[in-house]
Amino acid sequence: MMNRKIALERLKTLINDEIVVATYSTASDWIEIFDRPLNFFSFGAMGLASSHGLGLALARPERKVLVLDGDGSLLMNLGTLVTISAAAPKNLIHMVWKNGSYEANGGHPVPHQQVDFAAMARAAGIASVYRANDPESFESAVRQALSVDGPTFIEVEIEEGPLGPRSYKEMYKASRRQRLREALNA
Amino acid sequence: MGNQPDEVQEARAQGRVLTGSRVIDAIKRSGVSHVLSVPDLHTAKGLLTPIRSDPALTLIRTCKEDETFGIAAGLNYGNKRALILIQYTGFLYAMNAIRAMACEHKLPMCMMIGLLGKEPDVAPQDSAKFGVRIIEPILDILGIKRFLIDDDSCVDAISPAIEHAYSASEPVAFLIGRKPV
Repeated sequence: MMNRKIALERLKTLINDEIVVATYSTASDWIEIFDRPLNFFSFGAMGLASSHGLGLALARPERKVLVLDGDGSLLMNLGTLVTISAAAPKNLIHMVWKNGSYEANGGHPVPHQQVDFAAMARAAGIASVYRANDPESFESAVRQALSVDGPTFIEVEIEEGPLGPRSYKEMYKASRRQRLREALNA
Repeated sequence: MGNQPDEVQEARAQGRVLTGSRVIDAIKRSGVSHVLSVPDLHTAKGLLTPIRSDPALTLIRTCKEDETFGIAAGLNYGNKRALILIQYTGFLYAMNAIRAMACEHKLPMCMMIGLLGKEPDVAPQDSAKFGVRIIEPILDILGIKRFLIDDDSCVDAISPAIEHAYSASEPVAFLIGRKPV
């Protein structure tokens, strides 16, 4: 397992003009590491980060879309794996950051902490599936996912926390979403 | 017309029919490129089946209705227009997504909601079905504009309402009262 921030620092070096959809704890770390117009922060309806990513991927097929989902979030919307598999956007990379915890909701465990999301993604029909549990395997998985046609799925095993300072109000303000819209439609 | 069942021809003669192709034409006139749907018995034959084979529309099938709102939001940020085609039960299921995307983010979520079981020529609020009766009051509480699409005379409202939803960035709901043919 690895620290989420270390992995996100690595991710920052691997991307360029991709859209990044992040949610909850991963979003708060990502904004601290790489605040940029092409970020979208999914909030308010937990579980829908991958659905937002799918919509963006369908709308903008010329760009890769990376979804930084949480395991608690994905468990709230497991059908998304089937929907994504059927829609089959070549430019969608769906990562689940797995720490077994509803970290943003008080740190309580998810109902079952040994869920095999990679196997679920494969069973849903997603052909390109990777696992990562240290910075090297994470970088390798992201590089592969960026180089092949999707949809792709990466299960990223991480440690719980530590949770840094966060302001959901700042992260989710409307001007950020407007900034994304302008960046995409410039 | 000649191939239609007698009851449809009779209803059409009396102006009491909702023609699916007219609804779909109105959707396409509005610039909608994607239809996001969980099948609804009420609209499955008259709308979803022809949409499935319409080359001007991309149909995205989802497993649950809240997904449709997340996908529609993503499409909207990417400058594409979507129509959400669901049953009223799915509307109820997706309430938190609607609250977030449609009401708080003020995104142009365009919903077409099948009122399965609504009796012909009975207003939704007078339906014997509890689930049908509560939809309009819920939309009103949410502040979402609504249009009852009960027969062909209502179809002309669809395209301008979608245009307005996008120009004003606000949601709109079309309640499909009569099963489209």
